[in-house]
Amino acid sequence: MTLNEKDYLNLDRKDIIQLPMVEEVTIRVCCGTGCLANGSELVLREFHRLIQKAEDPLKVTVMADSTGCHGFCEHGPIVTIHPYNIFYQKVHKKDVEEIFEKTIRERKLVRRLLYTDPNTKEISMTSEEIPFYSKQTRKVLSLSGKVDPESIDSYISFGGYSALAKALFMDKKEVIEEVARSGLRGRGGGGFPTGEKWRSCSEAEDTERYVIANGDEGDPGAFMDRSLMEGDPHSIIEGMIIGGYAIGASRGFIYVRAEYPLAVKHLDHAIKEAQARGFLGKNILGGNFSFELETYRGGGAFVCGESTALMASIEGKIGEPRVKYIRSTRKGLWGKPTVLNNVETWANIPHIILQGATPFRMSGTEQSPGTKIFSLVGKIKNSGLVEVPMGIPLREIIYGIGGGTLSNRPFKAVQTGGPSGGCIPGTMLDLKVDFDSLTEVGSMMGSGGLIVMDDRTCMVDIARYFVDFLVEESCGKCTPCREGLMEMQNILHRLTTSRAAKGDVKKLREISECLPHTALCGLGKTAANPVISTLRYFPEEYMEHEEDNFCRAGVCTGMFSLTINPSRCVGCHACFRECPEAAIKGNPGQPHEISNNECILCGTCLKTCKFDAIVIGRRRQDDD
Amino acid sequence: MADNLVACLEEDVSTDTSEIEDILSSYPKEPRFLLPALLDIQKRFRYLPVSAMKRVAEYLCVLETRVFSVATFYKALSLTPKGERTIRVCAGTACHLRGSSSILRQIEKELGILSGDTTEDGMFTLETVNCLGACALAPVMMIDDRVYGKMTPHKVCEVLRKDSCNDSE
Repeated sequence: MTLNEKDYLNLDRKDIIQLPMVEEVTIRVCCGTGCLANGSELVLREFHRLIQKAEDPLKVTVMADSTGCHGFCEHGPIVTIHPYNIFYQKVHKKDVEEIFEKTIRERKLVRRLLYTDPNTKEISMTSEEIPFYSKQTRKVLSLSGKVDPESIDSYISFGGYSALAKALFMDKKEVIEEVARSGLRGRGGGGFPTGEKWRSCSEAEDTERYVIANGDEGDPGAFMDRSLMEGDPHSIIEGMIIGGYAIGASRGFIYVRAEYPLAVKHLDHAIKEAQARGFLGKNILGGNFSFELETYRGGGAFVCGESTALMASIEGKIGEPRVKYIRSTRKGLWGKPTVLNNVETWANIPHIILQGATPFRMSGTEQSPGTKIFSLVGKIKNSGLVEVPMGIPLREIIYGIGGGTLSNRPFKAVQTGGPSGGCIPGTMLDLKVDFDSLTEVGSMMGSGGLIVMDDRTCMVDIARYFVDFLVEESCGKCTPCREGLMEMQNILHRLTTSRAAKGDVKKLREISECLPHTALCGLGKTAANPVISTLRYFPEEYMEHEEDNFCRAGVCTGMFSLTINPSRCVGCHACFRECPEAAIKGNPGQPHEISNNECILCGTCLKTCKFDAIVIGRRRQDDD
Repeated sequence: MADNLVACLEEDVSTDTSEIEDILSSYPKEPRFLLPALLDIQKRFRYLPVSAMKRVAEYLCVLETRVFSVATFYKALSLTPKGERTIRVCAGTACHLRGSSSILRQIEKELGILSGDTTEDGMFTLETVNCLGACALAPVMMIDDRVYGKMTPHKVCEVLRKDSCNDSE
């Protein structure tokens, strides 16, 4: 083929690539929750069917495995092909045959299934070429998406359980010191030094001790624990066995949230396999150390994510927290010394033991070493799980990895730390993310949810959302949390439904300032954070709600007006179809109109319109 | 005396006691298995019959008051029967931002019930959950174990219609 200049410039190079011959090809289909919802199970089954039915014999051995979450859930179902390391995204059952024919038989790429960068239009063949992955530092997540979560052999083949073997040859104290030197801090949000916690427990008088993994991931918008438990359960188990050895515990529990049945299934299976291989049970790896592990299903109570409430729940009681005059490392589960760490913290342990504390400290900051997994969600292009070194600027996560806001609307704020966290405004995008810097600006690390908000997010509504959540989840034991939150909820509901009374915002501020000083447990003490932080950074929105009955984001129903800008409307008819009240009039191809009589100001059209043609305005006085 | 504590609830006589015994026999007689046992019973009967709660108290040697407190504390447990199928609308933060409230409103309108209720024919229970952990697909809803992502009010009608069609097949 000869090429002229024009051809050469327009040449699609990805189409030319001829993959090398190999003896064995492995197809990995992501079966994390996000991809499953998009039909990845059908994709996997179709691969199996084609492998079995292949008529003319294949020149290579082909295997298709399910893996845990790849993290790039927005683009699921994800299929990777090894050893080529090809990354196919949005693969559906109908695409499987084409992949099979083109990639497996002809060793060519299926171009339309490769990732195309929405900003640069560049096509990536492997995950390493995609900015979402290339800008991450995946350590704890290194095996998620590679390892088969239902096969211990798969885990062992990636070097699994070598950290345990190494630890068992170390002195118990040495193990604790190694963890302490690494500077690892609790990944569940508190940020308490893990090594210190272990040391304290190992020095307790009582020799009957327990270790617990907190997998009661209740923060809405966070799913890193789920992904780890489902996608790489053995790394958690290995971390816990090492922890049990170090502090001298012989039993451990993994507390899993009620809504995560797949996590329970994978963990239970992994525990059985680990027992069969002698990593769990009596005389582990032939030594003197014995350790039993079991899972415990939660009952759907957010407060059980709090350590003392979680322990009460394992004891078979209602999950109410207790006052922590005495630390759990002295008197925890059944009054015995207990180390409770988050799932992600446990998954860090094998890395620290195997590679040592010094390499661990290479990433992250002096005070917050290591990496942290964040779930990047909300109004963001690349939703998913990302692992980055502590201390990375927010901007790098949101724009570098996340690709910016959905439909490129102006960025307003990012909410971190779940219901106990706070909102960080757009002016602080260069903030370096670690435990201490987030606390300084009035938010917190929490379990690592990063919820991105654009100008179509109402900050008063967000505060109302979190307070609603907390009222429902308050266990009711202490008065400030039970009654204080309820009153805050009343005010926020008035503010967001055109019923604000004069002085509401002032009263809201007063109650929110009282809560941190008076509530019993960590959840109550931080419950006012969403209100405090939004009041601090977005006071003008509160005042507009109270004084002008106006919601500038177009979220609070009835507190704004909607019109269609005829010069922007292309008549795509999308809003017409979605409007629940049939209030939008117009023919396809022509500018539409909103009929004020029928419009209930629900804002559905605002979310639907891709052309920014719907205009939010203040309501006229006579509208009421 | 403890009997009075649950007397406010109607006695349920239709429960198959052998099934409860089956569930209980898989647990050692230790109080710490209270929540797991109740979760199993809930899964099997779609609620906790009074007779079952009494039997659990007896079997695990805990007070009936404690069984009652646990049964009413945890959201996964219910004292009244749930519908045959459960629709869960995710009300997590990511879903909230991407419009889960309009999804919920649409389902409420379609089924003629409010969140937390069960349809009169006992077919559907509508609930909200705080996060299903599928935030990338927000807004998300779940019918039993099946997750439906990127929902719109329009899609709700389609899914519900298709779902009831599948049943009749």
